Amino acid sequence: MDEKDKPSADEAALSARLHHLEDRLSETRKDRNLRTGQSDARDGNPSANASAMARGFRLSSELIAGVLVGAAIGWGFDRLLSTSPWGLIVFFLLGFAAGVVNVMRAAGVANKPADRQ
Amino acid sequence: MADPVEQFEIHKIFSLGHIGGQEIAFTNSSLFMFVCVGAVALLMLGASTRLVPTRFQSMAELSYEFVVGMMKESLGEEGMKFFPLVFTIFMFVLMANVIGVIPFTFSVTSHLIVTLALALIVFLTVLLYGLYKNGFKFFKLFVPSGVPIYILPLITAIEIISFLSRPVSHSVRLFANMLAGHITLKVFAGFVASLGALGATGILGATLPLAMTTALSALELLVAFLQAYVFAILTCIYLNDALHPGH
Repeated sequence: MDEKDKPSADEAALSARLHHLEDRLSETRKDRNLRTGQSDARDGNPSANASAMARGFRLSSELIAGVLVGAAIGWGFDRLLSTSPWGLIVFFLLGFAAGVVNVMRAAGVANKPADRQ
Repeated sequence: MADPVEQFEIHKIFSLGHIGGQEIAFTNSSLFMFVCVGAVALLMLGASTRLVPTRFQSMAELSYEFVVGMMKESLGEEGMKFFPLVFTIFMFVLMANVIGVIPFTFSVTSHLIVTLALALIVFLTVLLYGLYKNGFKFFKLFVPSGVPIYILPLITAIEIISFLSRPVSHSVRLFANMLAGHITLKVFAGFVASLGALGATGILGATLPLAMTTALSALELLVAFLQAYVFAILTCIYLNDALHPGH
């Protein structure tokens, strides 16, 4: 009897702990949603949707600007030094990297160089 | 159906003369720029200075305090010398965007050349003031410290391209937002007219795009404000680099 009872008691304790953890998780999630306004964006709140759209526009234009400027520099480089197509290839890739850096900075994932000590 | 891009056409109103074979004309775009400047001047200069502000006065005070708060937060006390620049840009863009929402008006900021000129003013201010204030140290912006020497050339190239891409993204964002918003609005409004011409069922169906147009107008007003704010806050972020390049 004792041997049969023991695992079930363990299981009860485990499920209680799981429940506790789940409660805490859902609370944290709710907090985080409130802080970042994510729940607003998922509901059809128009003002939150508009700012989410503005954010999307901002990030995509950062990436495109980086690639375009890189490609333009490469094209000019090739024209001046007639190294076609190597300048375009190299600066296009560098431009892509710069675009990604721009996006990460705009999204706040990477620090600005000024903050990096 | 009305052409959705017809609203962006530039018409000559009168000619101001020729410079090097190129006609310098006063266009509808120039007219609306003057209207924007006039509206801002009227708001800021025409406001009374009563202790208990009128509605008009509190609008002027609100816009002033809004920009001051934004600059204090991102630039600090030191950056307040740029207040005239940032405030002018913010009010001009805001007024141009808001006036553009009114039907039958021309929205100045839906032309890339206008937003690019504004972005280049900011870019050149950052470049020239940064060089003037920090001298050679300004170039530290492109050379982050604590990077191993063997990838430093690569990082520097990427940083320079990233710096050069700023006026592009700065101007394209405002221009693309205004252009896209106005085209969407026009297309949905065009549906109302073409559905309404189809008789009773058409009129019933036309209520849907009409509701959409109403909602989009409200959204456009929000976007007009939001984009002016984004343009101004990015101006502050870029100016911050001129003040403190890389420490």
